[in-house]
Amino acid sequence: MSEISRLSDLRDGVKDAAPVLVAVAPFSAVFGAVAIEQGLSFQEMLLACLTIYAVASQYVMVELLGQNLPAWSVVLSVFAINFRHVLYSASIGRSMARFSAAQKAAAFFLLVDPQYAASEARAARSGLRPAYYFAYAACVYVTWIATASLGGLFGSLIENVERYGVDFILPIYFTGLVVGFHTRPGFLPVLVISAGVSLAAYFSLGTPWHITLGGLAGLVLAAVLARPENEGVEGGEKLNA
Amino acid sequence: MHETALIILACAAATYLTRVGGHLVLSRLGEINYRARAALSSVPTAVLTALVAPYVVTNGSAEAVAILVAGLAALRTSLMVSVAAGLAVLVALRALLF
Repeated sequence: MSEISRLSDLRDGVKDAAPVLVAVAPFSAVFGAVAIEQGLSFQEMLLACLTIYAVASQYVMVELLGQNLPAWSVVLSVFAINFRHVLYSASIGRSMARFSAAQKAAAFFLLVDPQYAASEARAARSGLRPAYYFAYAACVYVTWIATASLGGLFGSLIENVERYGVDFILPIYFTGLVVGFHTRPGFLPVLVISAGVSLAAYFSLGTPWHITLGGLAGLVLAAVLARPENEGVEGGEKLNA
Repeated sequence: MHETALIILACAAATYLTRVGGHLVLSRLGEINYRARAALSSVPTAVLTALVAPYVVTNGSAEAVAILVAGLAALRTSLMVSVAAGLAVLVALRALLF
């Protein structure tokens, strides 16, 4: 691949990650502070951020560690919260034809929610290449580690971030990305059923089940509505064949 | 302390398993039929919608309106502009409503 397109991939990756960084920074700073407050050492907090890299499940892990539960139940809870990544991995893996085996192994480690969403959008628009993926990932990962460390060290200084709307950037960002897929077949029915089942699960079973159950409901509906291949049924998906 | 580090590493392994597992299973299956393909094409819409839905109804009206504005804007403009629009509406409404 040419130097020029590699450069533009790198630049786009950084550019697309920029708004996410503003949202990630306060999240991870608060995580750093909460983890220390709950009794983790600074090294343990950093180890969790470096190796798990999934903030919602890390909050739950820290909470459960403080309750002296058996180790297996902590690990199982983390697995349940992160189960949605199985779907991300199955879906985005199909767009990784240009990745070597080692690049794939690293890429899946870095597959956080915004990374997944941005990569799907990229794959549909111009094809997903490693330069874009890892430029985006490097921005998010480095910011995540750096701000979690700052939060761990200076947690008591963190102010109320809600006033600036920072706490809500990620849901807004995900909303924009979801709408970007509106030309895919079955978009509206999938959206409605996923939202409905997600809310039903959220208010009955509670978090984190709403993500997996709401997501699965949408997939089942998409499979039911699908019609046998005539080209074009797949919508934007063909672009990166 | 030592035990905590081991639990953290086990959690990391479990998380990596979820992130690599879907791809590993799928690539063993080889060719998949049109229903499975349609389901996979709907993953971003289905899972991200399930992720966002509770944010829309469990917060105030400012948050719900901001999500709506960002979603409608994304039909017409770039992602960057939509996020900025949603955020601007959120900050404005929060300032007005409190």
